[in-house]
Amino acid sequence: MNEDPRDEQQTSAVIGSAGSRRPRRPGGRRRHGPGVESVVPEAEFSSYYGRPIVKPAPWEADIPAYLFTGGLAAGSALIAAGADLTGRRHLRRTGRLGALAALTFSGAALVHDLGKPSRFVNMLRVAKLTSPMSVGTWIITGYAPGAGLAGVAELLDMLPESRRPGLLGGLTRVTAFVDRPAGLWAALFGPPLAAYTAVLLSDTATPSWHAAYRELPFVFVGSAAAASAGLGLLGAPVSETLPVRRLAVGGALLELVAEQRMERSMGITVEPLHEGRAGRLMRASKLLTVAGGLGAALGGRSRVLAGLAGVALMAGSACTRFGVFEAGLASARDPKYTVVPQRERLEREGPVRYEQ
Amino acid sequence: MIGGKNSLYGPVNPTADAGYSADHPARKGFFTDTSICIGCKACEVACKEWNDVPATHFDMTATSYDNSHSLNANQWRHVAFIEQRKQLGAQDPGMRPPEVTDLPMPTMRPTDTAEAVADQADPTGDPGEKPDFRWLMSSDVCKHCTHAACLDVCPTGSLFRTEFGTVVVQDDICNGCGYCVPACPYGVIDRRKGPDGASNVGIAQKCTLCYDRLTVGETPACAKSCPTQSIQFGDVEELRERASARVAQLHQAGIMDARLYGNDPHDGVGGAGSMFLLLDEPEVYGFPPDPVVTTADLPHMFRRATAAAVTLLAGGALAFVGRRR
Repeated sequence: MNEDPRDEQQTSAVIGSAGSRRPRRPGGRRRHGPGVESVVPEAEFSSYYGRPIVKPAPWEADIPAYLFTGGLAAGSALIAAGADLTGRRHLRRTGRLGALAALTFSGAALVHDLGKPSRFVNMLRVAKLTSPMSVGTWIITGYAPGAGLAGVAELLDMLPESRRPGLLGGLTRVTAFVDRPAGLWAALFGPPLAAYTAVLLSDTATPSWHAAYRELPFVFVGSAAAASAGLGLLGAPVSETLPVRRLAVGGALLELVAEQRMERSMGITVEPLHEGRAGRLMRASKLLTVAGGLGAALGGRSRVLAGLAGVALMAGSACTRFGVFEAGLASARDPKYTVVPQRERLEREGPVRYEQ
Repeated sequence: MIGGKNSLYGPVNPTADAGYSADHPARKGFFTDTSICIGCKACEVACKEWNDVPATHFDMTATSYDNSHSLNANQWRHVAFIEQRKQLGAQDPGMRPPEVTDLPMPTMRPTDTAEAVADQADPTGDPGEKPDFRWLMSSDVCKHCTHAACLDVCPTGSLFRTEFGTVVVQDDICNGCGYCVPACPYGVIDRRKGPDGASNVGIAQKCTLCYDRLTVGETPACAKSCPTQSIQFGDVEELRERASARVAQLHQAGIMDARLYGNDPHDGVGGAGSMFLLLDEPEVYGFPPDPVVTTADLPHMFRRATAAAVTLLAGGALAFVGRRR
């Protein structure tokens, strides 16, 4: 029946994909001159009436907010421990209180996403290495007591001596004794807390998240370092901020470089990072991170400039988390990002086959 | 779940891999032969009836005769309707191509001339040519993958591997975290959003391969209700043979578009418990062309994340080294 030449033509026809074509992004194609189209053809693919193949995660703003505050908490615990060991009292205070606040907020975001607190407890019934969410639950469960205790110790320390009668005074003496081990404990859990969230997103069939799995952990730890250093710049006097100025520059650089490398390795699934809401967020993230990094490097000795740089770095980190999150959802909604990369791989390597 | 060497990827017996002893029953699954599906949706209805899956929408999609949209929390079987400008083997589907479907106003049939009768008999005016139109109908369902991403990423252990090698959600343990939803490379599992009053709202839902029926030796509701045996239930090993024989038969009949999907234990998900005979590319039916379970890359992901975490720790430490201010 394939003798009819029309059959072949029909096989390659685009079926039901009309509704899923995206407008080309400006600058996305090379122009050879006026009216000359690039030789790279628009990705052609078949789909079931343009409907999604994989399902977007049913998550709302809670989750990117959690990603941001989790990173902030992780970096802040690290900074607080460093400041504690090197005798920077104000920076330690900013770090510990920042870690406590970010931990509280991220816990609230998680519980809000799940619906009720008992569901978080239900996550502790198993420990599963194949589930980044299970691993993350245990990381945050390990992190929380350390960061919580150090944060409470710092809060009690802020109370004037006269306001600490009896029981509270006794408690203060206990926390003053355990605050350093608790802070170091939290700092040890910080880096895995900042990094696992990348695996959380990548270990899915969401095209733009999975395709980013090699570089996303570095983007996220860079972002966590930049955001928490930003908080340090904002909260501590300039006499103590040298380490966070360095960390801010290093974090911003790591985030920007890793993000650039990530975009180069993602193939067609990079498009959602440049389009729509995700595109705006990612552009804002780059601008804010560059501005914050430069501010920290050059203007860090001015209290005002340091504060502005700190705000920019935190905002940039938040934009990165929301941008990556939104891009993933957009990539799941369009079947193009599921079909075209798999088709390209099929043409290049043939079907995926497991071989010993 | 990281037991054997192949636990994340490759051909394994999922039941043995999950730790069942050797006397577990044979792996069960579906073979959906879409070449004989008539789109009656008996499977959809039977599934809803037996499993008490609520009905959510009765609206048409405005693209085809599909009124159930997709596989989702309230749709554990979904019959896709694909309309194509393409011949269906040697069969005459009795439809005319859309461009010549020109419905005239009702008129009296001229019966007095032979020419008029001939016109009536062949409205395309091209005797012998088969019409350029076919409907593909396909009943989609959870694939019950050998390497099930939904099961592997579930943080509560709510999803588990049954003794039949299938994948089932335990409603009373599921947290509704929704992580299984983006993990599925086929877009099957979903968190139930409604309707109001339905049970398990906010809980992940999908086909159980009628686990309750299997435990008493019954056939799943969809397969039982299928009037054309388009949905066949049985031992996966045997279904794979049956599917290969059917493809060979169709190829012999000249239907070279016939192909199997999900039957190969060496594929990206280690072979599916639900395999399909398709008459076109998988993506035409809304299937991914060549899916790979996301957890196949998990060891690599953890190595990268560990490297990133060490980078952060080292960076944090270095920042505090040296000058005081």
